[in-house]
Amino acid sequence: MNAARSKRQLQLATPSDREISMTRAFDAPRDRVFDAFTTPKLLQRWLLGPDGWSMPVCEVDLRPGGAFHYVWRNDADGNEFGLHGSYRAIERPERIVHVENFDQPWYPGDATITTTFVERDGVTTVTMVQAFDTPEGLQAALESGMETGVAASYDRLDEILNASTGSS
Amino acid sequence: MVMELVGYGMTPPDRLTATFTALADPTRRAILARLAGGEASVLEIAAPFAMSQPAISKHLKVLERAGLISRGRDAQRRPCRLEAQPLAEATGWLERYRELWEGNFARLDALLDELQADIKPAKPAKRRRRDAP
Repeated sequence: MNAARSKRQLQLATPSDREISMTRAFDAPRDRVFDAFTTPKLLQRWLLGPDGWSMPVCEVDLRPGGAFHYVWRNDADGNEFGLHGSYRAIERPERIVHVENFDQPWYPGDATITTTFVERDGVTTVTMVQAFDTPEGLQAALESGMETGVAASYDRLDEILNASTGSS
Repeated sequence: MVMELVGYGMTPPDRLTATFTALADPTRRAILARLAGGEASVLEIAAPFAMSQPAISKHLKVLERAGLISRGRDAQRRPCRLEAQPLAEATGWLERYRELWEGNFARLDALLDELQADIKPAKPAKRRRRDAP
């Protein structure tokens, strides 16, 4: 059994109809993974997105009520976008709750992200759950029905698509 | 976080928003699953649902506006058929989202390895065989 490989699968799931969760294991102790998620110098080395993007701004005030601000930059064309928010709970090294939104938001309201770190046998499993905390704002922008099922719909996409390609 | 793809300029949000909105409802997903088996009239689509035909027609309009289905020209029957392209775009978007985070986490793996190596550089068990005398 190749445990190391299977641990590193990224799991996407929909724990409720308003949440999306991501789970991933890392071969490192929990303190270190927690640091990697909360230390600007470390975040700037991995939270970059697609190739060709860097993170010139990474400010973190790691305490309840403290703010953070990230800016990503496309090194080829200079385009930038930012994400900002504040921390609601910091429970080192096991849990972070923060609220976030884009500097130039294209959807109303914030999203609340709960990140948990669970260590077992030297392997740390990180789970990030994103919850839309202003469903009425989301609804106003995205038409009715969105808030009750956007996450649940993800699960169905592959299923429906596979069925449609299979029949054509 | 899901929205980050938009920031990276990776997706046209309006069209996908319409797709995800249309997919947000279980009845509409069931209708799509039904149409995946072939085209059908409103009556045929409505049959398995405990729902009035006007209610079904309303769902069909949402699906049609999102480009997920099209309606035939036959004036009486106006059969509905599945349009796979918007679904393919939405699935592709989810795939890019997954790839984005897999890329981030692969970099994090490398960083964590590097930090671990810094913490315990002289651990004897880590000595490589070719370094042995």
